[in-house]
Amino acid sequence: MMPFIVKNLPILIVITPLMFSLIVAVLNNYRLAWTLSTFASFLTMIFTILLCFEVSYKSNISYYLGNWPPPLGIEYVIDRISIIPIMIVSVIGLIATLFAHNFFTLEIDEKLVSKTYSLWLLTIAGLIGLITTADAFNLFVFLEISSLSAVALVALGSKVDRKALVAGYNYLILGAVGATFYVIGVGLLYGVTGTLNMGDLAQKIPALGLNKSVIVAFTFMMLGIMVKAAVFPLHIWLPNAYAYAPSPVSVLLAATATKVSIYIIVRISYTIFGSSYEIYSFESLRYILLYLAILAMFAGTIMAIFEKDVKKLLAHSSVAQIGYIVLGISLATSPGIASSFIHLINHALIKAGLFMSIAAMGYYTSKRIDVKTIAGLGRQLPITFFSFIICALSLAGLPLTVGFISKLYLIKAAYISEGIWLPFLILVSSALSLIYIWKLIEGLWYNEKSLKIEKIKELPEIYLPLLVITFLNVYFGIDAGLIIDNSFIASDALMSGIK
Amino acid sequence: MDNIILKVCTKVLFTPIILFGLYVQFHGDFGPGGGFQAGVIVAAAFILYAIVFSVEDCKLIMPPKLNFFLLALGAFLYGFVGIVGLILGDPYLSYDVLGSTKESGQHIGILLVEFGVGLTVCNVMISLFYSFANFNFRRKNND
Repeated sequence: MMPFIVKNLPILIVITPLMFSLIVAVLNNYRLAWTLSTFASFLTMIFTILLCFEVSYKSNISYYLGNWPPPLGIEYVIDRISIIPIMIVSVIGLIATLFAHNFFTLEIDEKLVSKTYSLWLLTIAGLIGLITTADAFNLFVFLEISSLSAVALVALGSKVDRKALVAGYNYLILGAVGATFYVIGVGLLYGVTGTLNMGDLAQKIPALGLNKSVIVAFTFMMLGIMVKAAVFPLHIWLPNAYAYAPSPVSVLLAATATKVSIYIIVRISYTIFGSSYEIYSFESLRYILLYLAILAMFAGTIMAIFEKDVKKLLAHSSVAQIGYIVLGISLATSPGIASSFIHLINHALIKAGLFMSIAAMGYYTSKRIDVKTIAGLGRQLPITFFSFIICALSLAGLPLTVGFISKLYLIKAAYISEGIWLPFLILVSSALSLIYIWKLIEGLWYNEKSLKIEKIKELPEIYLPLLVITFLNVYFGIDAGLIIDNSFIASDALMSGIK
Repeated sequence: MDNIILKVCTKVLFTPIILFGLYVQFHGDFGPGGGFQAGVIVAAAFILYAIVFSVEDCKLIMPPKLNFFLLALGAFLYGFVGIVGLILGDPYLSYDVLGSTKESGQHIGILLVEFGVGLTVCNVMISLFYSFANFNFRRKNND
């Protein structure tokens, strides 16, 4: 049994959620649907852990679908780089699935709950597939799987607030534009190289010399994925989609969806086009990304300061945090990319914790959480408040939390390559982010309570997953070795591909 | 619609359309055809029936629940054929091991997978038709 599983791990992590989503879809009993979804995400998590061990001594696992060798068939590649986002998706996927049960039964029509779980697993399968595949067109297929199911999940929030339909529609249209741009780019590349395999593309592109279709293809692919990753001026779909989606969906999407897209940006610019980095001199693109990232840091933070709805506030702050991650990538040095990988992991933990605690507050009070309704809630919900405050301080970058580690490495990397002005800007925008975090903490703890609620009993099935995330936030803030080492290994592996 | 000619013609055409769909489905190995085309053709028979008679009548021969079940079943069949190959010791979606020889294995595999595709495409078409046909455009004003 074991060798059979080990041999097929790269595909098992994708097909486990995929096949279970088809089984869950036809069930009538939502409790059974939840149990099966939890089982599926648990299995995925086990397979991912096995894969981690496998990768740690093989460093590169290649898997041919249907036994067709690469330039013809589809190849899945797991290496030290892709294992990081896979780990994020499967860990957050499991915790969010455990967390989701109470919320889906409350926020969604009862007869739709099992279909919701089906979409949920499909999103997870799509996201993991995006990371594992080494085939540029297969990546597009998974992009569609994950974003179409995510759109449907966002729109399911319409039972609570009909604005979810508009948010889902915007996400659908912009996501479709992004995916189309990506596939146009892939089409152009296929036209000039005749291959879709990423490794093969990387070998064939330098031989073309200065070719206009390759430049156009690169532009289309990057733009398309930047829409999906919500890099600053292309982030319009994100705040509403996160704010009006059902609460567990905000947790899953905020922690995983944009992170995976950022990973694809890294893959496109360093794996596919890395070997022709010098020929096309992507230096200028690097500066575009750098300035967009700085704009995102400030624009996202300032929008968050003036926002009243807490879920939307967190979504705006996500835009700013994506700015930090893209900033690391745009430095195009090994420490820079390592710092963005570190922040990729840490931000997933932070945002999952924050969205989960806000979701829990919304569940206990059965109100939409904005700056007014949270007044005084902290005293009534000690456990939720505790988790919230740890994650919020982690977002601000307090020492002993993960946020501090990622800020530290980002500032270090920025100082090495750009001098003192860039760390200064990062510090200013972090200081600004304290304003909105303080606004929330002040509301939760110091203000007199505005809602008349009887004593609330916190439910273990809600606060246990939340405490796990909070624990991870603190643990990796103190013992960050695991994250940092793996991020540096990944960034070195990426940089070695550049010629 | 109460036109007797349309009704009789639909009743006459209903089975040949499905038969033609199945021909396209299973002829996909040797010539043009396959699951996608066949699924749409079979779905066209049901949609024609729903247009000429009524959506309610069509729901008697293809209940929405069965429709949704078959939709999931088709995709499941596709994935499951892949898993069978995986259990028999080859990579996922490898059909070589399904038959006694490599060729017959590929033959069986592609036939089953295409059948799954056909089933899913057909039922997705029907369920799209149902959801548009049932959509009540005035619902928003009522609630």
